[in-house]
Amino acid sequence: MPTPILHKESLIPGKTSKLLLHAPNIAQKARPGHFVMLRMHAKGERIPLTIADADPKNGTLTIVYLVMGKSTTLLEALKVGDEIQDVCGPLGQPTRIEKEGNVVCVGGGTGIAAMHHIAKGHARAGNCVVSIIGARSRELLLFEKELSAFVHELLVTTDDGSYGRKGIVTEVLRDRLANDPGISEVVAVGPVPMMAAVAETTRPFDVRTTVSLNPVMVDGIGMCGACRVTVDGKTKFACVDGPEFDGHAVDFTELCRRLTAYREQEKHSLELHEKTRS
Amino acid sequence: MNTNKKNSKTAPRVDMPCQPPDRRRTNFEEVALGYTQEMSMREAARCLRCKKPLCFTGCPVEVPIREFIGHLANGDTAAAYAIIKSANSLPAVCGRVCPQENQCEGKCVLKAKGRPVAIGHLERFAADACLSTAPEPRPAKTGGKKVACIGAGPASLTCAGICANAGLETDVFEALHEPGGVLVYGIPAFRLPKTVVAAEIDGLRRAGVRFHLNYVGGATVTIEELRKSHDAVFIGAGAGLPNFANVPGENLLGVCSANEYLTRANLGHAHDFPNHDTPIWPGKHVTVFGAGNVAMDAARTALRMGAESVRVVYRRTRDEMPARHEEIEHAEEEGVRFTLLSAPLRFDGDDDFRLVSVTLQAMKLGEPDSSGRRASVPVSGKTSVLPTDLAIIALGTRANPLLLAATPDLTLTRRGYIKINEETGETSLPNVFAGGDIVTGAATVILAMGAGRLAGQEIRARFAR
Repeated sequence: MPTPILHKESLIPGKTSKLLLHAPNIAQKARPGHFVMLRMHAKGERIPLTIADADPKNGTLTIVYLVMGKSTTLLEALKVGDEIQDVCGPLGQPTRIEKEGNVVCVGGGTGIAAMHHIAKGHARAGNCVVSIIGARSRELLLFEKELSAFVHELLVTTDDGSYGRKGIVTEVLRDRLANDPGISEVVAVGPVPMMAAVAETTRPFDVRTTVSLNPVMVDGIGMCGACRVTVDGKTKFACVDGPEFDGHAVDFTELCRRLTAYREQEKHSLELHEKTRS
Repeated sequence: MNTNKKNSKTAPRVDMPCQPPDRRRTNFEEVALGYTQEMSMREAARCLRCKKPLCFTGCPVEVPIREFIGHLANGDTAAAYAIIKSANSLPAVCGRVCPQENQCEGKCVLKAKGRPVAIGHLERFAADACLSTAPEPRPAKTGGKKVACIGAGPASLTCAGICANAGLETDVFEALHEPGGVLVYGIPAFRLPKTVVAAEIDGLRRAGVRFHLNYVGGATVTIEELRKSHDAVFIGAGAGLPNFANVPGENLLGVCSANEYLTRANLGHAHDFPNHDTPIWPGKHVTVFGAGNVAMDAARTALRMGAESVRVVYRRTRDEMPARHEEIEHAEEEGVRFTLLSAPLRFDGDDDFRLVSVTLQAMKLGEPDSSGRRASVPVSGKTSVLPTDLAIIALGTRANPLLLAATPDLTLTRRGYIKINEETGETSLPNVFAGGDIVTGAATVILAMGAGRLAGQEIRARFAR
């Protein structure tokens, strides 16, 4: 069933946008950590996107995407009132959320949006949430306002020092872990190298670390194993067993390499699309 | 009528024309081209019209075979189709993909002479001729009772067809963006054209079945919710979770499950990339592990995707191969090679994490196990290396945990499938039925349809008027 777009907000012009979708059946069930599969048109591919927020009362879903290839370029071309051909979900296991004390939620890039939903869940469960978000520079920073609405502390880094602390999120995280022994869990969502770095940062402190993985997916319902990852030496399907796993047990090197599988075809597909568009 | 008897003893079975192998291995068009009316009449005339026909007892949905073939022999295709349709909601599919040699044709008395009546070919002919033109029965409305079917594969489609024709309000919930289940994502177009599947599903729509796509059973909608909104629920969600071989290197780029490969190729139309957006791993030297129908489909798809060589590796011998003989023969004619008594030991990659070869372990047949099948055991120290840049694993599937985990009060079998009452198809939950691969584990399209029929008839008996 086509899913209409109710609102659209450009977060980073031409690069990242936030969409509010009318999807009452999914919104009712969506919990932090869930994702959806989207297909843009009759000849389209299926792509996974994390649910950044859900409003069951109004029947809406928020998704945030980075324009990377053909499918997200097609998504970026849609306006308010347009429809997405297929939206399927909510998929994956929801985040394990219980009252556990102090939780640090780390987000990088578009992952901040997905992290936001998880952080919100933790805050609602009564946990004290510290959020650390980072970007290359100030204008690339997402969801600062949304996070400020409920987190107890928001720490910001930029690579170039144009806003917040100069540096990367793991430096702030390390300081925090060193000075605050009461942290019960660290959650990280972002690019694979960032999540791997967070896991390495927390490992010596022996703090539970949850990461949300983003492998290649096809169906998103456990049928094919395209999204398989190695966790603790065992093969898991991120779409049904995850997408969240113990960051200390994930084989990030393998995940990074598996993400390159279709790089040439992805490039070709985008170039062709841009050529025919211009 | 008696003249048939003489005739059939001598008349040869009418072969179905096919695309020649060297041409068909370069395209995705259907391999078997179908009978003409003249061929169908000639083949139908071979039927002995047995007084006590056995053929229909071999059919899981009990199509009145003798009767429909009688009409075909007289050239009355529409009458034949009406009879088939009374028992089988997807005849154009069954005529193509059923293993008739083990079912209806396996019971045909002419089999003793080695040439059973080509029941499948005849069913297909009648369905193809009438599919898009035959009027669907106009169901009588019966009191607004509602049925929900989870999954839109062969089991659910059959159950839904029976319920809709009985006047029940029927909703089908499908997780993917197209209905059909394995008929659209698994079985390739060269065996089952997608236009045929679409026409069958269109027929169900005209009979009143409502399809809800992008609905994941257990996620978008739960069984508990459907029990509240509907009088009966049928679970036909299949057994989609693929097995891997659990050997080192299996996550290298260029190793994938047959489900992934076929879903990209069929549902995603990856052979038409970049016109369609779904990419697929290119393979020059392809190795497929397993020897069921899925393995044959993957091997033959890889050939059509432009592979230079395609090899099927199987740990037992040719006699144990579970695929249909016709499919094995078609694969061989197209150039697929077979390496028997071998199993993957490990996958080897290059510095870019891409598959370059597979190391095979030589196997031999051991003692028969409890099911009577001989075990496959390694021959110690005997290995070989096979250069491969695409490995496709077709070693069967398991129950998908998604729906079952969301419905903890469903009683399961020891193997993790749904337990049902064999007489009614009902699960441990009242008025919740199940059938197909989610009950039996991976089996055939027609067995799933038989299970859908059993449950559909039970639902009809309970709720239609």
